[in-house]
Amino acid sequence: MSEKSEKYLLSGEKSKWEVVIGLEVHAQVTSNSKLFSASSTKFGAEPNTQVSLIDSAFPGMLPVINEYCIQQAVKTGLGLNAKINSYSVFDRKNYFYADLPQGYQISQYKNPIVGEGEITLDLPNGSKKVGIERLHLEQDAGKSIHDLDPSSTFVDLNRSGVALMEIVSKPDLRSPDEVNAYVKKLRSIMRYLGTCDGNMQEGSLRADVNVSVRKEGDTKLGTRCEIKNVNSIKFMQMAIVYEAKRQVELLESGKSIDQETRLFDTKKNETRSMRSKEDAHDYRYFPDPDLLPLNLDKKLIEKIKKDLPELPDEKKERFIKEHSLTTYEANVLVSEKEISNYFEEVIKTSDKKLAKNWIMGDLFASLNEKNISISESPVTAKKMSQLIDSISSGVISGRTAKEVFEIMKETGEDPKKIIESKGLQQKSDPKELEKIIDKILLDNKDKAEQYKSGKDKLFGFFVGQVMKESGGKANPQLVNEILKKKLK
Amino acid sequence: MSELTKKSLTEIANLIKKKEIKSEEVTQSFIKNIEKDKKLNSFITKCSELALKKAKDFDKKPKLNNLLPGIPIAVKDLFCTNGVKTTAGSKMLENFIPNYESTITNNLWNEGAFLLGKLNCDEYAMGSSNETSYFGNVMNPIAENTVPGGSSGGSASALTANLTPATIGTDTGGSIRQPASFTGTVGLKPTYGLCSRWGIVAFASSLDQAGPMTKSVEDCALMLEAMAGFDEKDSTSINKKKENYSKNLTDKIKGLKIGIPKEYRVEGMPKEIDKLWENGKKILKDSGAEIIDISLPNTKYALPAYYIVAPAEASSNLARYDGVKYGFRSSKGNNLIEMYENTRSEGFGDEVKRRILIGTYVLSSGYYDAYYLKAQKVRQLIKNDFDQAFKKVDTILTPSTPSSAFKIGEKKDDPISMYLNDIFTVPVNLAGIPAISIPAGHDNNKFPLGLQLIAKPLDEQKLLNIAFAVEKKINFKQMLNRWWEK
Repeated sequence: MSEKSEKYLLSGEKSKWEVVIGLEVHAQVTSNSKLFSASSTKFGAEPNTQVSLIDSAFPGMLPVINEYCIQQAVKTGLGLNAKINSYSVFDRKNYFYADLPQGYQISQYKNPIVGEGEITLDLPNGSKKVGIERLHLEQDAGKSIHDLDPSSTFVDLNRSGVALMEIVSKPDLRSPDEVNAYVKKLRSIMRYLGTCDGNMQEGSLRADVNVSVRKEGDTKLGTRCEIKNVNSIKFMQMAIVYEAKRQVELLESGKSIDQETRLFDTKKNETRSMRSKEDAHDYRYFPDPDLLPLNLDKKLIEKIKKDLPELPDEKKERFIKEHSLTTYEANVLVSEKEISNYFEEVIKTSDKKLAKNWIMGDLFASLNEKNISISESPVTAKKMSQLIDSISSGVISGRTAKEVFEIMKETGEDPKKIIESKGLQQKSDPKELEKIIDKILLDNKDKAEQYKSGKDKLFGFFVGQVMKESGGKANPQLVNEILKKKLK
Repeated sequence: MSELTKKSLTEIANLIKKKEIKSEEVTQSFIKNIEKDKKLNSFITKCSELALKKAKDFDKKPKLNNLLPGIPIAVKDLFCTNGVKTTAGSKMLENFIPNYESTITNNLWNEGAFLLGKLNCDEYAMGSSNETSYFGNVMNPIAENTVPGGSSGGSASALTANLTPATIGTDTGGSIRQPASFTGTVGLKPTYGLCSRWGIVAFASSLDQAGPMTKSVEDCALMLEAMAGFDEKDSTSINKKKENYSKNLTDKIKGLKIGIPKEYRVEGMPKEIDKLWENGKKILKDSGAEIIDISLPNTKYALPAYYIVAPAEASSNLARYDGVKYGFRSSKGNNLIEMYENTRSEGFGDEVKRRILIGTYVLSSGYYDAYYLKAQKVRQLIKNDFDQAFKKVDTILTPSTPSSAFKIGEKKDDPISMYLNDIFTVPVNLAGIPAISIPAGHDNNKFPLGLQLIAKPLDEQKLLNIAFAVEKKINFKQMLNRWWEK
């Protein structure tokens, strides 16, 4: 962050405290089948309909690695400017739970597939680099459902075995806003890459949030607490605010922080202890003997690198250079792959400046209003392009265009059709306009005289009258020109 | 007893191929033998009706070009069989019926064989005497109240008593070779990865390997040929072309070099076993092979390393038996943890629990480096020993076991002495290399003794050839009075 920006600090009774945050993001790999089985990963299926013998850990079943998931992890690693480890190992993380059929999760412990990397956050006051510690692949567990029956727990194994990437950041984040920017940027990069759809409602992106506090100016990290499995950015921010305050209060009253795992209760807006360090699981990690170590072919890594799509940072630079956008505008337009695609589609044929203004103005307002994404918008890029072209070519005025857009955003109708059916085309025939103007001047002789004798303000009156007479369709520019001539 | 059931697998297969007998006749004969058995307890599940139906189906449309045309085969109850109960010798899976077929059994059925029954074994293949099975002890046909070895004890017993023409077992630390040695039969542990592990109830994944148990080396070659092959469903399966072990079997071993490791001459080993070993050397020498003294210096660390690695993997592999999805679930307990505890306390036997405890301990944080990691290093050293040895020799000759079969109950409460049974067989599993045990003589009690031949990875053909040559010269004869039919 630039030096000028204001630091996020918590004021305790005695001193000011800095909040230190690190995230472990669990991102579901975009893949049709699971990490070690051929079962479907489609969201929303009936419980236990996407479960193979492997996912449910029947006797004698063996995992076979899904190559596509490996490629997706490598792709993500490259997108995070990270080191790709050509040698990695799958380990077993042993613990008992009803929705963990094997009694262990296959994960990567000592040798992850991706090592250190870095991403750049775009903050209001500048940019900030955040370190990535590692990225590893692991299986998701199933889902325990406790509220269907008073005495039984139900288990849905559809998610069991789905591939996750755990992306661990360094403790580089310093405020809830930075966490927001970090998760959004990570999500954006993965969506550009097509390696995670980032859908938080469907649980495709969740995070464990590590929070500690230290006095302003201290360099040593404080004892951290880990808040498990938070599934929205808003909740992450709320949990951090609560947790940091809790820690500051404890420290200022002379107590110490216990390193522990906590839960965030979204209803009460508080974190609660889940288990202390002493009760921490001993996961008894060891290399999974059913899987050989993963040796990545250098050529494969090179190929994936070569085929990487343009990522938000590069695209931003290009937009600024090629389309004369400000940094802010470029950030907004590249923040989501779909938005940048939309913008690029529109400017293929249409005016860049109008495109930028219309997308960031009226289009975004309509999306917000309806709470939909740009890809769900009834106003497609092609239609937006047509609308803008109608303005550029003088068929309609900017003001009329707004009227047309109001219809488009509801019905998704073609702008040309709306203009035609409503007869909204501008009157741009000088002879026709001259007729109207002559009539207005004749009807308002007195005012014309007054104008000529110096009452300049009356010009607006004439324009207004002409527009009224033409039903608002007169080309304003032409009206101006002709009026000026006639009133000389 | 029908004379037919005394014949070797190869002989029976040839009779069927020549259309001199029908599959139904063969199957009936074995079923009769199985029904007459009152004491061996080698079967957990008998599939007589199913087998007879398959035999009749075969006779209607015989496919005579297969390796095992119309042959009924009983298999160790560790192989999952579609629609037929698969127990792994445990209460935990007492009523478990898979809806899938293990790759190995499927390979056998694709070669014309069909299932005759499921054979008793130590619980989850953990044991050296078949005394840990939930379904009771198995007796060795050589003498009443004598163990058949383990864990493939039911397989060895049924084969020896002519209740199946051939069988398959699994060998994690000697579970094929030791029972073969105790019963005077042939047992082969293939190279790790030659036979798919898919659909076999896992004990220790990095050591488990399925293999044939037969009455002769020729049968062994035939069975291995039917079983072996790449399986994409097993990530540790070796991708290589199938070999014709039976067709290429030869007793011409002139010029081959045979290593004799000095470390296998252990203290307290019966003189008879020493004599047997000497005899083996003499036979090989007479057949034109060269005998070379070698050293495998890390042999003494093999057993302790094995009893860390195998339980560690087992403790994790057996975590899935938790009462949630299939198998036994205790009716006691008020919450998930109590249900787990009761299910696993009641569902597993003592030996399985002992190994889960050991395995959990050696993987625990703070102990991992001292035990598991060190054991893995030892494992590498043992592998290196063999690699060095195979630069000098083609095969290594050792005794299969340090003693002959013992009495039921004799070692049951002394796990160390029980574990010592595997002292000659365990190094081979740790190194992932192939070895065969062949009957080589009898001790003073007229109990069979075996010799073990060890080869480098994927050298099964050479191993079979040497075993074939030795077998011919030894001319081993079973001495059985079929007491179990009385």
